[in-house]
Amino acid sequence: MLAILDYKAGNLTSVKRALDYLSIPCTITADAHAIADCQGLIFPGVGAAGSAMANLHQSGLRDVMAREIAAGKPLLGICLGCQILLEYSPENDTKTLGLIPGRCDIFTPDLTEEDGAPINIPHMGWNTVNTKKPCPLFNGISPESEFYFVHSYYPNPAPEFVIATTYYGREFCSVHGRDGLWSAQFHPEKSGRPGLKMLSNFYDYCREAANAQ
Amino acid sequence: MLSKRIIPCLDVRNGKLTKGIKFEGNVDIGDPVETARRYYEEGADEIVFYDITASHEGRGIMLKVVESVASQIFIPFSVGGGISTVADMRDVLLAGAEKISVNSAAVKTPHIISEGAAAFGSQCIVVGMDVLRVPKSEAIPSGYEIVIHGGRKHMGIDALWWAKEVERLGAGELCINSIDADGTKDGYELTLTRLIADNVRIPIIASGGAGNPQHMVDAVTKGRASAALIASIVHYGEYTVTDLKNHMAEKGVKVRRIW
Repeated sequence: MLAILDYKAGNLTSVKRALDYLSIPCTITADAHAIADCQGLIFPGVGAAGSAMANLHQSGLRDVMAREIAAGKPLLGICLGCQILLEYSPENDTKTLGLIPGRCDIFTPDLTEEDGAPINIPHMGWNTVNTKKPCPLFNGISPESEFYFVHSYYPNPAPEFVIATTYYGREFCSVHGRDGLWSAQFHPEKSGRPGLKMLSNFYDYCREAANAQ
Repeated sequence: MLSKRIIPCLDVRNGKLTKGIKFEGNVDIGDPVETARRYYEEGADEIVFYDITASHEGRGIMLKVVESVASQIFIPFSVGGGISTVADMRDVLLAGAEKISVNSAAVKTPHIISEGAAAFGSQCIVVGMDVLRVPKSEAIPSGYEIVIHGGRKHMGIDALWWAKEVERLGAGELCINSIDADGTKDGYELTLTRLIADNVRIPIIASGGAGNPQHMVDAVTKGRASAALIASIVHYGEYTVTDLKNHMAEKGVKVRRIW
């Protein structure tokens, strides 16, 4: 069972629909006991860093997450979730969770695409992801696969936590983390078959991790 | 680098896929959920559903279609047609759509754009513009005018001015539909597409006139669009979405090849 962490940050149902389609048991919850009973956590999010952090404080989820991660429970951050696992976001000048060293930055309008055209902001659409180090999330996924992005800020973690990068006006980190604590800036739940495969890879990892304990 | 997107557009009336020519008369041509799934399997990058149902009952049917699509298709899709309030937008997003498209409502009540962007984020708000070529004048300096009701009602608004205004109000994307090109199969209105693309920083979707695969290439190169909307070119089996993307890739356009 996976817990989709419910902190009122945008629409959580699209992740649930994808997991339902994959027959992966899951629940949308903010309840500490339900979360403790799950094998892994999904930390999605659409919206702004400031209000997301306020909601995480109010719901008590911030402490629950810190406790579960310290106990070794796997977590997959998505989009805004990926950004606020870092230490700081300039969006609303927000001190964020600090579970991965680094910060967020914003795409600047002076950047240009590889063909010389000025970039549109947000970065919205399908783009490739170049893995820099092996990660079980990418098991069985072709390196040419593309994923669906929608964001104006991008994660900029400490170099040793960069798992994959994407080019949009500049190279930025699109997947970061360490064993069992991973985040993707793109939306696997909206990225067709490669995205669904990534979600099922995460679930496989969670089950193995739970069985090993 | 971002891939250029191919976006099939499905007109839906009372829960059925329908097709009209120049907004004159419609025939039902299939099931929208089945058709959307086929395009998903063929590599569509996104799908647009345009609800042309007028009745209140029809709205509920449309939300059922949206829910059904969202449980089977894992790419972004947007829903337009008859959306005029933030509550309408919320219904569609909760049913599983990624984006909402507003067209005539945006012209009549522009604040719907900023309200929607504030409530759900700019990335959710696509503004559709129906545009007609007219003689250049003081009121319409670009020679392109905003129209509604499929071109039957002139709004006296310059399309270029409107595009910039819509961007300022917080739209995340613009869909530029040429009424002149729509249904002709002679290709997109590239001058119009390029004019708008060169003057705003949000992505442009070219719409109206697709008749062969080269038209899509032209839209994203000469027209500088980020995406091309297609309808009858794929609805009647003339081409598959895969055929179109293969052609674009052969011509050096970056498109998504694995799905």
